[in-house]
Amino acid sequence: MRITQGCFSFLPDLTDTQIAAQINYCLDQNWAVALEFTDDPHPRNTYWNMWGLPMFDLRDPAGVMGELKACREANPETYIRINAFDSTKGWETVRMSFIVQRPTAEPGFRLTRQETKGRSLRYTMESYAVGRNPEGARYAS
Amino acid sequence: MNAPEKAPAPASIDLGAEFRDAGIGEVLESLDRDLVGLAPVKRRVREIAALLLVDRVRQRLGLATEHPSLHMSFTGNPGTGKTTVAMRMAEILHRLGYCRRGHVVAVTRDDLVGQYIGHTAPKTKDVLKRAMGGVLFIDEAYYLYRPENEKDYGQEAIEILLQVMENQRDDLVVILAGYAERMERFFESNPGMKSRIAHHVDFPDYSNDELGEIAQRMLAGWNYRFDDAARRAFDEYIVLRRRHPHFANARSVRNALDRMRLRQALRLFEAGGLVDADSLTTITEADVRASRHFLPTDTA
Repeated sequence: MRITQGCFSFLPDLTDTQIAAQINYCLDQNWAVALEFTDDPHPRNTYWNMWGLPMFDLRDPAGVMGELKACREANPETYIRINAFDSTKGWETVRMSFIVQRPTAEPGFRLTRQETKGRSLRYTMESYAVGRNPEGARYAS
Repeated sequence: MNAPEKAPAPASIDLGAEFRDAGIGEVLESLDRDLVGLAPVKRRVREIAALLLVDRVRQRLGLATEHPSLHMSFTGNPGTGKTTVAMRMAEILHRLGYCRRGHVVAVTRDDLVGQYIGHTAPKTKDVLKRAMGGVLFIDEAYYLYRPENEKDYGQEAIEILLQVMENQRDDLVVILAGYAERMERFFESNPGMKSRIAHHVDFPDYSNDELGEIAQRMLAGWNYRFDDAARRAFDEYIVLRRRHPHFANARSVRNALDRMRLRQALRLFEAGGLVDADSLTTITEADVRASRHFLPTDTA
């Protein structure tokens, strides 16, 4: 099951040229760009691992693309996303976030039902990949 | 970089039109107009611009061209306009499409080299990332290499720099600047660096007349002017100043003018009474001659 989070996730995966163009847009808006990666793609997991520090004062996407290449080499078979942070007063938040790498196989999530008082049900989602193996080996083929 | 044209290659291209379209004519003109002297430098910049223009046309005609190496070294004494020319160079490269953004990131050793193990690489890479798409101007580049201390981290910065200069030639143009002879020694001990630099531009010292001209232009820029006697006194000042150590060409002129503005302000302030625009903009002979270089006792 293809995971859809952030911008463009219903589109086919962006090519590197398209990623660079999006980063270019972010830099033109004076946003700081950061890379994050994880192998626990639960939608409520907001704490992905940072790849280095957010990059401030960039003018050109080449710097980010270099880091992305390094991150992909170091973390194949993980999810990588690019976050663009807007430091403008009043925003001070991530304005754009999109996935730039995903594992080759995405087994998806199981819906777990828990019976509670009366006949009510509690639902929760569990990732097959996360349950299968410990961190670092979850998507390794 | 401009994407190579997919359309069939035209049989001929009007070089003049290409030159006008790129808009580098005005940059070269403003270089000629705004900077006093520096004839050999202007000539070199013109040559480089012409080469790049011709290369671009060759590419459009389908003739094979290697992506030219654009890294440069600017050598010359302090205050001879290296940084200013670097800015213009970035503009020219940008207009010709060899530089995506055309900004200049000016750094020195402190911005590249860290203080402890493992500090240098992230620092250098951070600077390189900021300079991507533009020009990285490394002032006094020879300080990167300190042969007397084998534990120095400068070598690490040089290696990262070399790697990027080689592999990301279309992302980044590096300009090294510094005194001629120390740069020469730096290149001797770092042959890898020398071989990756295509253009060596030497900045001559300014003549006394040129410095006088520079002073007048600087003052005009700040809405000041010399009166005739002050101009003559300033010419004498330049001759005297040149004999003293730490003479830094246009920078010394600038500092001297700053001090003269101080003296002019004090003179007006102490005189009191009414001032008009004329007296506020005029630097008089007394303001110039109050400099310590005119004192007979000062022979150091």
